[in-house]
Order: sequence, then C-alpha cells, then structure tokens
Amino acid sequence: MNRVSLILAPFALIGAVLVVWQAACRLGHVPLYLLPAPTDIAAALYAGAPGLLSAATNTLIMSLEAWLAALLIATPLAMLTGVSPLLERALAPVAATLQVTPVVAIAPLFVIWAGLEHPERAITVLAAIVAFFPIFSGAATGLASADKDLERLFDLYGATRWQRLTRLRAPAATPFWLEGAKVAVGLSIVGAVVAEFVAGSGGSQGLAWRILESSHQLKTADMFAALFVLAILGAGLNAIVRTTERRFLKIWRGR
Amino acid sequence: MSPDVHSNGSGLEDARAIPPLAALERVEVDYGGRTVLGPFTLELREGDITALVGPSGCGKSTALRLLAGLEQPTRGRVARTPGRGETAVVFQAPTLMPWSTALDNVALPLTLAGAPGADARSRAAQALGRVGLEAAARLKPTQLSGGMAMRVSLARALVTEPKLLLLDEPFAALDEITRRRLADDVQTLWSETRPAIVFVTHNVEEAVYMADRVVVMRSGPGQWAGETRIPGPVPRPAGFRLTPEFRTAAEKVSSDLEVSMSAAARDARL
Repeated sequence: MNRVSLILAPFALIGAVLVVWQAACRLGHVPLYLLPAPTDIAAALYAGAPGLLSAATNTLIMSLEAWLAALLIATPLAMLTGVSPLLERALAPVAATLQVTPVVAIAPLFVIWAGLEHPERAITVLAAIVAFFPIFSGAATGLASADKDLERLFDLYGATRWQRLTRLRAPAATPFWLEGAKVAVGLSIVGAVVAEFVAGSGGSQGLAWRILESSHQLKTADMFAALFVLAILGAGLNAIVRTTERRFLKIWRGR
Repeated sequence: MSPDVHSNGSGLEDARAIPPLAALERVEVDYGGRTVLGPFTLELREGDITALVGPSGCGKSTALRLLAGLEQPTRGRVARTPGRGETAVVFQAPTLMPWSTALDNVALPLTLAGAPGADARSRAAQALGRVGLEAAARLKPTQLSGGMAMRVSLARALVTEPKLLLLDEPFAALDEITRRRLADDVQTLWSETRPAIVFVTHNVEEAVYMADRVVVMRSGPGQWAGETRIPGPVPRPAGFRLTPEFRTAAEKVSSDLEVSMSAAARDARL
C-alpha cells in the first residue's frame, strides 16, 4: 500500500495540476495564444507529431554526438593531468575560465567558424563544450580520490606511473567519471537547445527551432508540445544513463 | 622471572654480530617546521617482534613509514636491508581496492612486480589459504566483514614472503574477540617464515601479548621512553594473559607509558 502510493504520488500530482489547468482555461476563457489548455496541447502534439519527431531526432543526434565527443576528449585529458601535475597546473585556469563563459556568448563565434550553412556543426561543438566540464572535473576529482594508504602501498611495491594510473587511479575515478557523464548527458541537451536558439535554424531544425517558429507565429500550444517532447527526451536519456550507471557500479563494487 | 630476560636465548649472541635487518639511527622528522619525531633510535633483527606503544601523536606511525622507506627523515639515518617486495605494511584500515576481488587484492604486490597472472593468482590463493579465507577469493571488499577484510590485507602483506612486516594499528577498528583471534593468527603466521615484525598500537595488553619487545614512546616530539622484554614462547600458549610474566610485563609497560605521558605534559607546560 505504502509502496503503491509512493509510486503513484508523482502521477497524482501531475493529474491534479492538469485538471486544475484545464478547468481554469475553460472556465476563465483564457485566450489560446496566452495559455492553451492541456487538451489543446495534446491536439497540437498529435497534429504535429511527425515534425516534432524529426526535430527531436535532430536534437537527440546533435546532443549525443556532443556528449560522445566530450567523453572522448575530456577523459584522456583528465588522465593526462592525473599523470602530469605540471599539465594540471597549466590547464586548470584555462578550464575554469572556459567553464564560466556562457555558451550563448561564444555561440556566434562558432557559427561563423562552422560556416553559416552548417549551424548543426556549431551546435554540436557548443553542446560538447558544455558537456565537457562535468566529465573532465569528475574524472580529475576521481583520479585524485584514491585512498592515500593505497597510494603508499603502490609506492612500497615500486609501481610505475602507468601501473598507478591504470590499476589505482583510473578504477578509483570510475564512479566520479560516471557521475560526470550522467550530468553531461542532461547538459548536452541543454547546450544543443541553447546553441540552436543562437545559431538559428539552417539545416539543423531541432526542437529549439520548433519552439522559435511557434513563438513567432503565436502558436502557444505548439510551443508547449515542443517543450513536452524536449522534457521527455531529457528525462528518458537521463533515466537510461542512470540505470546504466547503477548497474555498472553494482559490478564495480560487487554489491 | 624478571621481564628483562629474553626468551629467544640461544643464537642471541650470533645475532648481535651481524648487522640489523633495519635500523633508525637518531632519526628526526619535521612537519611544517615542528619536530614530531626524534631523535629516535631503533634496531630490528630478523625474527624480532617489536611493539611500539605510545600516546597518539607520538610519531609511532611516522617511525613505521621511515622503516618502510615511504618517508625520509629530516635528520639522522635509516638503514634498510630488505629489497623491493621484502617489506610489507598493514594499515589501520584494510586498504583494499573496492573494485577488485579478494584474490586480485592479494595478488597486487606480485602483479605490480610483473609476475605472470596465473602464477600471481595461485600464490595469492595460497596466501588467502594461510589466513583461512580460501573460500572468499572471489568476493569484493564490500562483501567481507571487518575481520575478513583485515585478514585479506594480512594475506596481501604475506604474499611476497616479506622479511620485514610493519603493522600500523591493524586491529584498532575490530571488536575484542576478532582482534584477539587475529593476534594469535599473526603469531602463527610469523612462526612459519619468522619475518621481523614491528607493530604499532596504543593498547598495552595487545603489545605485551604480541611482541617479544615493547618500546614505549613519549610525544612532543616522539622519543624513546622505555623498553621491556617479554618472556615466554611465541605463539603464545592458551592462558598466557593470566600468567604472572604477562601481568608483570604489562605493569612495567603501563608505568613506562605513564611516566612518558606525565613527562610530556610537564614539557608542554614549560
């Protein structure tokens, strides 16, 4: 009983909000462009399904490409800083500066570099920059997190730098790295959407473009439909990565 | 019997002729401009079991790290004859790699030295057998109890057949029954290969039970404050804690410790 109510709680809240929302719109005669009722949004979702699906696919592809690129660059870079304290010193301020620079501010630059006819390239690169930091700092923190007495044990048995990295620091970093990768998945979607707002549509035509277009035409129900798809996309991807992380950690620590 | 009589009797004269296995010669260690240890002198001979007892912060663990070669003294000299892999350390926590099985943890010193995997695994399995944990080979550290994890840690230390075994308060986190059992196990294991053991503890009874020599240290900075030879056979026979020899030695160590602590307190006031 308690378990069932725990599972049902979020659905009950969503249901209640939808009922109040619907009632308020209908009884208050709220104009459609200001706040569409849930049924209007459902209709927009149904009517625009093919377009939304292809836009969602575009956003998903750009986000995943950005996430993979971030993984492939941030992971070895973090390992290099783990081996070389000098490189870590050199890289730390650069990374910190880049991290606090808003992606919106550097987007126009990347649009120029990618070429105006290829905004999707700029979007992918910008999303990758956003996804880079949680992975990099997660891995870097994890590499430094190994037990101090285990480090002494590796000293005692004369471990080489390579042995220390592959047999102690990298395995110790794994949970931190996974946490970073999980955060980065959500951020890569955010990055892709924000970058698309700035970079414009062109050939990319992701969900941000759908939101912009609907907004210009005052089709508020279509905006909500696109937002709904975006939310599902983010939550779904996050759930997949979280499950993978949990399974992997179970193997990692044997419990 | 006086507690100053050494039980290992025969061979003692010969042992004095050869250089010690490891020695600290008037070593001093400074941390951040403050001397935490020394001058401190300690000689270890093959097969000795030495306990270092003292209040917390007296530099016992620092002395142990010097003997392990993990740290260098600020002044003084550390003489060490054991080569790589001939010194083993057991820390206060089991210090196992959580992502590796018990077997792989025990095999670590061998694989780091480049031993082929199959050979390392069979020797690790043997070492696990010596601590009575052959059945736990495939378990990960989170699946082990505190006592079992400490045994795995001990097996890892023994897998290289070290000449010098350094134990840094290895039983501090365990319950009384488990620590007594492990103390007996360490002595049984010692009797198989007779490495020199240095054992850091702040428990007087444990020190007297485990060691044939108890060195008491005082703090601020850590220095020699007394030494007691413990008579009787090792491994200890049943009921050793009830013998007058044990009680006398424990009283002597306790009074050394008390004197050292009041001396340290007097120095702190000056």
